[in-house]
Amino acid sequence: MTDYSDLKFTAEHEWVRLDAAADGVSTRATIGITAYAAEKLGDVVYVDLPDEGSAIADGAVVGEIESTKSVGELFAPLTGVVLEKNSAVEESPELVNSDPFGEGWLIRVEFTELPELLSYADYQALTGDDGASA
Amino acid sequence: MTEAPVGVENPARDEGPARDEGPEPVFSPLNAVHLAAGASFTDFAGWQMPVRYTSDLAEHRAVRTAAGIFDLSHMAEISVAGPDAAAFLDFALAGLLSATAVGQAKYSLLLDHDGGIIDDVVAYRTGETEFLVVANAGNHAVAVGALLKRAAGFDVLVSDVSDQLALIAVQGPAAREIVKATAGIEFDADTVDDHPLDSLKYYWCRPARYANKPLLVARTGYTGEDGFELYVDVASAEALWNAVVEAGVPLGLVPAGLAARDTLRLEAGMPLYGHELGRATRPAQAGLGRVVNFAKEDFVGRAALEAISESADQGAGEMDPARVLVGLRGAGKRAARADYELFETTESTTPIGVITSGVLSPTLGFPVAMAYLDPQFSAQGTELSVDVRGTRLPLTVTALPFYRRKRD
Repeated sequence: MTDYSDLKFTAEHEWVRLDAAADGVSTRATIGITAYAAEKLGDVVYVDLPDEGSAIADGAVVGEIESTKSVGELFAPLTGVVLEKNSAVEESPELVNSDPFGEGWLIRVEFTELPELLSYADYQALTGDDGASA
Repeated sequence: MTEAPVGVENPARDEGPARDEGPEPVFSPLNAVHLAAGASFTDFAGWQMPVRYTSDLAEHRAVRTAAGIFDLSHMAEISVAGPDAAAFLDFALAGLLSATAVGQAKYSLLLDHDGGIIDDVVAYRTGETEFLVVANAGNHAVAVGALLKRAAGFDVLVSDVSDQLALIAVQGPAAREIVKATAGIEFDADTVDDHPLDSLKYYWCRPARYANKPLLVARTGYTGEDGFELYVDVASAEALWNAVVEAGVPLGLVPAGLAARDTLRLEAGMPLYGHELGRATRPAQAGLGRVVNFAKEDFVGRAALEAISESADQGAGEMDPARVLVGLRGAGKRAARADYELFETTESTTPIGVITSGVLSPTLGFPVAMAYLDPQFSAQGTELSVDVRGTRLPLTVTALPFYRRKRD
């Protein structure tokens, strides 16, 4: 099983991966939703993501993820500015199901504030299973 | 991320009591099969039923192009037997059940005294004096209760046989070949040249046997495809499921869950209790006026429906703003979902209707929805606006069904 201990998680099923930084202090992160969330949603058919340059605030709704049977809201797990959204996911929403931690990433953010997030172990405990497994 | 489920059959939306009063979930006799197949489950009317096995969309497409097998054991089966069975159902249901032939099925409605819809049912005439009435899981208790109450004065025995029967549906263009190829299904040998399934017409059924237990094979379904519904003894359900799968997998059959069932029925324009149908809905509003037979003798709901019909004819306008069920199609990929409000234009603020079911059609590629709409806006081609979580999107009134299979 893939190890996701390098990721941070929210109770709302987002994951956050801090970019590696040369000086060791990263201010950039990539954000997506977990495999657990993708599985619960069912087949994702529409994704609406914030555009590059959008300011996002920790806890605010910044996007939508629709499946055939549900509408999910994407919450910003941190505060900052969107550097890039994954246009491939808007074109092919099924990437969220097929590779939620990889090609199904949603946005990259330059953050100004990094809230306390859940560890992989904490997130697994929250979902009551190996929720991060693809 | 938070999730708001929509669309999948949800009896809790209606005031009808569900079967889930108790905390203990009910499991299908096929539960072990679903677990082995890796199903994800959803609570439906207190039952733990498969919502999907792998992918809603893959399951949906398999039914449109090959076949899917569904477990519908949560449905309620009610046996109606006795000399007055047909006369009783003529009184208890909206249709003329006495006019159905032995072996024929009929879609009908269980109406309240005020003409509202308590449930929609399929009644199979399995004998001169025997019917099997199939009701929605969410209305199990209320349907059984209404039929028992209405049976007073008739020489008929109404029995809830839901616990005895499992229901397996095989739906899709390959369904007939699959059921024919399923080992262990035996029909009474009354035809020499043709397979009995070749002469079984749509909305007819015939008795068969599986593992020496009675099996009812019905050419009915809820997906818009050709297909069969197999009513079997619960003890034989698992073996039958496995036999169908074994015969069907080479022909493209996949197990399919309630999520696919919902998108399939919506494309086919079929109403769902709790969404398009409910106690506050009159048959004509739901486009089901043809289901009600006023030529027969008295039936429950008749007086109320006639009163409504007369006041409408006289233009008395006493009815509630009688919204009618319409089909809508959208553009783009964003679906209008149940409970979203409809407006005449992007600017208008007075709702003229409400969505009852909506989804991005997997087959057609554009959003489709059903809605109750003020009749003055219900002409085909009328352009409307829907509020999708704060954004207005255009929708066009269109004919139902959205999807119609090519018939051979």
